[in-house]
Amino acid sequence: MATDTKTLLFKPVVAENPITLQILGICSALAVTTSLRVTIVMCIALTVVTAFSNFFISMVRNYMPSSIRIIIQMAIISALVIAVDQLLQAFAYEVSKQLSVFVGLIITNCIVMGRAEAFAMKNPPVPSFMDGIGNGLGYSSVLLILATVRELFGSGSLFGIEIFPLVSNGGWYQGNGLMLLAPSAFFIIGFLIWIVRTKRVDQVEKNEFHIAPHTTREVVH
Amino acid sequence: MASKDSVAGTIKVALILCVVCSVFISSAAVILKPFQVANKLLDRNKNILSAAGMFDPALNSNAEVDELFARFTIQVVELDSGEILGAERLAELGIDPATYDERSVFSDTQFSDVLGEDEDIADLKRRVRFSTVYTLPTEDGAVETIVIPVSGYGLWGTMYGYLALDGDGNTVNGIGFYEHKETPGLGGEINNPRWKSLWPGKKVYDEQGEVALNVVKGTGEGDFEIDGLSGASLTSRGVDNMIAFWLGPNGFGPFLTKLKEG
Repeated sequence: MATDTKTLLFKPVVAENPITLQILGICSALAVTTSLRVTIVMCIALTVVTAFSNFFISMVRNYMPSSIRIIIQMAIISALVIAVDQLLQAFAYEVSKQLSVFVGLIITNCIVMGRAEAFAMKNPPVPSFMDGIGNGLGYSSVLLILATVRELFGSGSLFGIEIFPLVSNGGWYQGNGLMLLAPSAFFIIGFLIWIVRTKRVDQVEKNEFHIAPHTTREVVH
Repeated sequence: MASKDSVAGTIKVALILCVVCSVFISSAAVILKPFQVANKLLDRNKNILSAAGMFDPALNSNAEVDELFARFTIQVVELDSGEILGAERLAELGIDPATYDERSVFSDTQFSDVLGEDEDIADLKRRVRFSTVYTLPTEDGAVETIVIPVSGYGLWGTMYGYLALDGDGNTVNGIGFYEHKETPGLGGEINNPRWKSLWPGKKVYDEQGEVALNVVKGTGEGDFEIDGLSGASLTSRGVDNMIAFWLGPNGFGPFLTKLKEG
């Protein structure tokens, strides 16, 4: 397994992106991407949690009884997420109000748990930390694309700064309401996956089963 | 030493983990508590000032909030009687006006009552007995602005905000929502500055003293009508119900009547 820092940091951005390849962490990608400012805070929060949970889990990996392995991982992740939530409430109150429950839901974000189980359990602390940062970057890059598209076409602004003046504020741009609702993120992620897999054909999954053609008997019935 | 996979080893690891995690979380909570409390208070004060049209995030900085807010007098009103609670009643009830929070005692049977079906126009289920009002006195002691907390059910959830009235207790000075779950771009437009700018100057009560202020479909002409949000009929109705409830007899009606009589 390649463990040099550059691979660990940048491979998850496109080649092994947790969202577009592994389809993990979709829930928060739908929920928090209506405005860029909120998205950035969410990305930082998730990256920090993934990195540190990987780090601590890797540190104690040799002492973990295998029967309560997952519980230990969850406890470490939850403690970190609660701490991040408390920090946001203390120093970024406005954003933490908008993120509301989604910071807490990082606990159940499959990326964090997935990296802990798949990487941190098998590797030393520092590479695990880097792997966490890398996967955080992969998650962030997709979220930032989503948020840019959604905020620009949904509210005509970026970072809350007006780009297209909205009709409701006396301008010319009619905001696309769909962009402000969760389904639009699904469409955009779909397009992203399409683009990535057109360029990188190796990411296309093999069909798991074939639908057998009708047999004559079935047609008769 | 027992191996890590034995029962004793497992219990030991679990215990150590619990202690470490709980110490970590509790110290984070204790250390950050003062910042969080200050943030909450700042946020509330900012919302009150925004509703009264005294604070604009584009023009004012957070540093000005305390100074501007210090001009307000904070009082607690008994909603049924409309009386402002004196120092004695406050001590008896254990309420400190500066930190009293209607929402935290919302389900407390000592401080709130269940609303009857016919009374519950804003679909709130319960109503607190005591509510804070923020009054801004003029230099000669008369009331310039009154800010009252309001809430009502919109389309997806309860909307919370502040309504500011002029000293006559009848003219709207401004409105602002600080928490809602309405659809972004449709009902979420209740926080659009252009829509909120329709409110100042409207009148609440007609000559009979009934709440006449309505959010309507159409252009919203005259002193008592506000143009509803397009594409958000249910949210508009929610705001309408909220006004009817909080300015009516079960809300701040008695208090405002007393205020008008002097």
